[in-house]
Order: sequence, then structure tokens, then C-alpha cells
Amino acid sequence: MSTGVTIAVPRGALFAGTLDLLDRLGLDTAEVRANARKLLFEDVGIVTMRPSDVPTYVEHGAADIGVTGKDVLLEAPERGVYELLDLGFGRCEMVVAARRGDDAMGEALRRLGRVRVATKYPRIAGRHFAETGRQAEIVAVKGSVELAPLTGLVEGIVDLTATGRTLAENGLEVVEEIVTCTARLVANPVAHKLKAAQIDALVERIREAEG
Amino acid sequence: MIHPIPPGTRDVLPDEMRELRAITERLRGVFEGAGYGEVWTPALEYEEVLRTGEGSAAGAGYRMFDEHGQVLALRSDMTIPIARLVSTRYRDESDPLRLCYFAHAYRAVEHGSGHQREFQQAGLELIGVRGAEAEAEVIALVLAALDEAGLARHRVGLGDGALYRTLLAALEVPAERHPELLRCLMRRDLVTLEMLVVGLGLPRYARAALLRLPELRGGPGVLDQLEGGGPADDALEGLRVLHAALADRGVAERVILDLGLVRELGYYTGTVYEVYDPAVGFTLGGGGRYDDLLGRFGSPRPACGMALDVQRVHIAQAAEERLR
Repeated sequence: MSTGVTIAVPRGALFAGTLDLLDRLGLDTAEVRANARKLLFEDVGIVTMRPSDVPTYVEHGAADIGVTGKDVLLEAPERGVYELLDLGFGRCEMVVAARRGDDAMGEALRRLGRVRVATKYPRIAGRHFAETGRQAEIVAVKGSVELAPLTGLVEGIVDLTATGRTLAENGLEVVEEIVTCTARLVANPVAHKLKAAQIDALVERIREAEG
Repeated sequence: MIHPIPPGTRDVLPDEMRELRAITERLRGVFEGAGYGEVWTPALEYEEVLRTGEGSAAGAGYRMFDEHGQVLALRSDMTIPIARLVSTRYRDESDPLRLCYFAHAYRAVEHGSGHQREFQQAGLELIGVRGAEAEAEVIALVLAALDEAGLARHRVGLGDGALYRTLLAALEVPAERHPELLRCLMRRDLVTLEMLVVGLGLPRYARAALLRLPELRGGPGVLDQLEGGGPADDALEGLRVLHAALADRGVAERVILDLGLVRELGYYTGTVYEVYDPAVGFTLGGGGRYDDLLGRFGSPRPACGMALDVQRVHIAQAAEERLR
């Protein structure tokens, strides 16, 4: 069956949860599951991409609706997409973490007047430290953030964690929780009007499927 | 040698220019034919004047000092400059004024967002006329102008910016909670909106009304689906009358009523409109009624207007051509 809309599906951590949801709605996602390299599945109206690209495609109308994490939406507030539903899955915590056992962050703030923080989420991190009245030097990194405090690049990190295991394995601990992030259903503002019936039907069915 | 231009700005070469010119000529033909005279105003205004129109200077993104230390700003829309122009140059005029413009406006953009820093607007303003007839005239004219420009699938979304605020007041939601709720509605962050509304601890019917409203869009039937009662009825009645006036002009099937529609600019006082085309992911334009704006410049008169983004109209027109 077809939904009459183009859906942006995130590859990565939310991929399985999103496809499971689409299965429950009656879409045939077998081909999407079987093809790790193919990106566009016109028959079922699905396009797959990095989670952080979902708001971009949806904002520009290249996809009518999409699924992405709240972390992505918080990091890209300039993207004009509608946030229709909290899908509940993919639950993670955005946290501040630091080396276990010492108070490197506190000491840096006390003695040097600022704390250095490595993150893949510079805006969320910057906002959190500004809102809590602390001066922070945000260091944007792309790869494993856990490395940064271990090598002395920074005193703390801001990152997304589901179980805290990676943090623990690297001798880090959570010192503050910033926000809980789950998967969200987003929509293009124009499609939300011009394809109102299809989008509403889909939202209704998701609400039913999720009870 | 490559000499850069700022992101979000562009050069236009003859091939594109011919097409853009063809579109603006057609729009102009329709606007002028309906009695809307074209005006020009400076791209640079005194920032204070823009602030008189709207607290944030309508989101003007670029400011500079002139040789006397006065703050100048690049206009971010044409409605405030036209309100200034009307209250200065047409001060004693009481008859309706019909004006149109084709002009560039400027907004700050995020790097890499693909948004335009400088964009050309084609718009019209109808000043001095109260009531739905004026708005129906403006909306029908924009629809006709887009037909003339070669579009076929465009639609107008119609809402009332005061509706949600009225509903919040009627349902006795504390005034200090209004801004965050309205902000969620404007962004259509329905997840946060639901969380906030549930947190208000309102009776079930009130909660349902506040959560249902942003989803109500479609034909005139949506106007009967909201059980607000009292003050909200005025806004609903206004939309009903406007929809009937548009039906009289034969364009009702082009109109989508959208009860959650709120426009960003603070000078709108009642109904607001947006223009959509399936070929473009962004709105082609928008507008609304702004009955208080001219009063801020010392010559109170009701008014409404609409503006189109010419480049987006061009994208829609090119897509339409490919379909044929």
C-alpha cells in the first residue's frame, strides 16, 4: 500500500524503529531492509538518509514527512519543519559527561574562568552552558567525543547516550542531564496543507498503532 | 579569478532575467489592471522608522551608520515602508488606496541553509477598506496573477492570527503562558505544545480545543469543528464571511482554511494568508490584515496586503511548464 506522501527515513540508530513503525502501518519495507546502499525507494515513497539530513530534505519539500531525533531538531532550529508527533522510540539522553573521579570541569571554571567542552552538538552545548550561567569554550568534533577529555583537549563533553556504556568504558561519567531525546515525526509546512488528508491519516494511524 | 558574493545573494544572467521579467510583467499587468499603482521606496530606511512599524523592525538583518551616525537598516519587507509612505504622502487621502510593488527585501540567513538573503517580492496593499470584501479582492487578485504567470496548482491558506490567542483567553489560560504556547503554534511544534497544554491542567474540553485547533485545516467544514464558543466565534465568523466572499469570486476551491495559521510578523491583526504550490517546499508568499500598522505612523486606517517571492514563483512556473 502507498501513503501518498514521500517519507524521509533515517539510517543509523533510528532506522530499525522507523521501519518497524512503517511495517505496523502496513507499508512493505522489505526492499528497504534488504538494500543497504540503495537510497530511493519510489514504490513505497521512502527515501533514506543520515538522520541529520532529514530536516533539510523535509524543509525543502524533497520529502513530505520524515523521522528524526529530537537531538537533530534541537541542533538545527533554523530548519522550518513542523514537529507533529513524539514517536517514543530511540530514547536517549543528551548529557554533560566528564572524567570519573576528578572535578576537572569545576576546577577549570573556578581557576580559569571557563570550561572547555567537546561535542558534536555545538548549539545544544552552547545553549546549555549559557543558560546555566557558565562560560564554556565549545570545541566541535566529528568523531568519538569520549576521546577529547581523556587526552586533555577538553574538561567535559556534551553527547547523546542511550545506556551510558561507552562513557563508562572510557572512564567517563554523566554529570548533568540536559534533555531526553526521542524520534519525532516532522512535516514540510507546505505538504502539511496541500497533503493534509494523507498526512492526517498517517498521523492518526500512528497514534492508533502506538496506542 | 573567482570573486565571491555573499551566500544567499545571486547574479542574474540574461536567460533567467528574461523569464523573471516575463513573470513580473504578467503579475504587474494583473495588479495594474485592477487599479493597483506601482510604487518604489528606498531599500534603506531609518531603523527607527522600521521599529515604529514593528518592534523587531520586522526582523531586519542588516544595519549600518550613515555619515551622521544615524542607524539605517535594509528593509526586510515592503509593508512597513508602504505604511510609512502612505501616512507621509497620502496623509489627507481618505479614499481607498491600491498600491503594488516589485522590490527586493533582505533578511539574515543561516549559513548553508539555502535561504535567500536578498529576495524579490511582488506584492500589493489595499489601504482604507475594512471587511472581508477587501481581503477577498486581494486574495483573488493574487490567485489570478499567479494563473497569469503560468501556475495552475497554487492554493491559498487562510487563517486568523488572533484565533488561538482569543481561545487561550476564553479558556482562562494564564496570560504569562501565552507567548510560549503561541511560539509552539507558530513553529507547529505540536509535541511541545501538547506537553505544555497537558501541563496547564485544563478541563478536558479546553485541552481538546487547544490541541485540535492546529490540526484543523481544509474546507469550510473545519469552521464547525471547533467548540470554542464566545470570543473565538468572532474570528471563526470572520473566516466564514471571507470564505463566502471568495466563493462569490469563484475561487473557494483554491482556498484551504487553516485554523492554526499564524504569521511571524507582529503587525497582523486578524486574518492571515499564505500561498502554496506543490512544486515548491516553501510558501510562495503570504500576507494578512494589519489594521493597526498605519495608526502607528499617525494615520489610522485599516489595510490588508500580500506579497509573493518572485524567485519561488519562477520555480513553480518552471515546474508547471515541465508537466505540460
